[in-house]
Amino acid sequence: MKLDSATIERLKQKIAVYREFLKNWLEPSNLAQLRPKLEFQTGVLAGFALIASVLLGVTNCSTEGTIQRRLDEDLKKSLEEVVPAALYDNDMLQDTLNIPSVEYNIGASETTVYIAKKSGQVSAVCFKFTAPDGYSGAINMIMGIDRDGNILGVRVLSHKETPGLGDKIEVAKSNWILNFVGRSLDNLAPAKWAVKKDGGEFDQFAGATITPRKSVQAIYRGLQLFKAHQEQLINP
Amino acid sequence: MFLSETYRKIAADGIWNNNIVFGQNLALCPLLAVTGTATNGLGMGLATLVVIIASNGLISVTRHLIPGEIRIPIFVLLIAALVTLVDILMNAWAHELYKVLGLFIALIVTNCALLGRAEAFASKQPVKHALWDGLMMGLGFTLVLVALGAAREISASGTLFANASLLLGESFRFLEVTVIPDYKGFLLMALPPGGFIMLAFLIVGKRLIDQKLATRKVSVTVLTPVIAEEES
Repeated sequence: MKLDSATIERLKQKIAVYREFLKNWLEPSNLAQLRPKLEFQTGVLAGFALIASVLLGVTNCSTEGTIQRRLDEDLKKSLEEVVPAALYDNDMLQDTLNIPSVEYNIGASETTVYIAKKSGQVSAVCFKFTAPDGYSGAINMIMGIDRDGNILGVRVLSHKETPGLGDKIEVAKSNWILNFVGRSLDNLAPAKWAVKKDGGEFDQFAGATITPRKSVQAIYRGLQLFKAHQEQLINP
Repeated sequence: MFLSETYRKIAADGIWNNNIVFGQNLALCPLLAVTGTATNGLGMGLATLVVIIASNGLISVTRHLIPGEIRIPIFVLLIAALVTLVDILMNAWAHELYKVLGLFIALIVTNCALLGRAEAFASKQPVKHALWDGLMMGLGFTLVLVALGAAREISASGTLFANASLLLGESFRFLEVTVIPDYKGFLLMALPPGGFIMLAFLIVGKRLIDQKLATRKVSVTVLTPVIAEEES
């Protein structure tokens, strides 16, 4: 359908009328008269709420995919830190298995295990876990374990421990967390999975014993979770 | 002078006389929470700066529409929506920066200074003044955050602007300095009580400077002894 010039002219006039009305309506003097009216106030509040929610809704929908991709990239980076690149050639984010972990007290009641495969064979697994009882809140960690149950690497993802004391669990602050590489339930007796103060194998920090103690215990529980599901995980 | 009297007064108010922290004693919650290091202070300051300019502008534009009776819910709605927008957009498009600043962005909602500026200034002033006020208040707040962060960082760990390169990019690594080598550390200053203590020192410092300035003014204008006595 084509618009002839008369219709366009009519539309233009209509728009001009609306613009004139809006301009008059938005005059401060007119708004000053309207402001005390209850229906105006209700309308304004509803209008602001509507605009705000539409704006937020649209932004949320249009960025959801991008944010998810960014989070996946973050996760991938942490996975790469605890599983050496030579051990896998698959996309670990797509190769996952959910196992129940409620009795292991590692935060979630179900743990997503990312499976590293080399030429189709499982070489290592990796999962996030939590020490829920850190000195000042949960300590979130990620751990990579090879198919025989040896730790490939552990990293702390986030924590709220005391700066300067408990934060030595971060690899950026000290290499304490690297002491776990190569350990397994087989080459270290259960009693040794503790800080030295408790008769175990791992150092505590000067001024902070609870943070490393709870971290060691959570890593130990994570290994137990792996052992309980080892068959299922490495022979899918 | 390239700035008119009004603009200069707004600037002086925002940065010094009526500074959000020193003058109004507002925004102490985000202030004490993030000023463990100068870098964190700077991050929080910049995030707040952006949001306060935007909220001042928005509220000034719509000031004739907003009836006095429902202004507070509308201000809160606008500020909360704005902060959430910045939060979502930064998470999507500036993800690396968001990982450093993310914590601070959500904290801006708890910053009553924004509501304070909306109520006391933006809702009564033309847009240009409101934007300028937002910029100056934001700058004043950033200065206090950086000063407090720096003072706490130096006394707590002997460093200054640690991890600044994470926030501002590699080219700002030169900011990271160790002020006191082989410092054993003073944990109290890194914890919240240290924030209160250091803030008290800064406020005392500001008052002393103000007092000095006031007495100097008195001596310059040669007032009668009676008034000078009142001043002191």
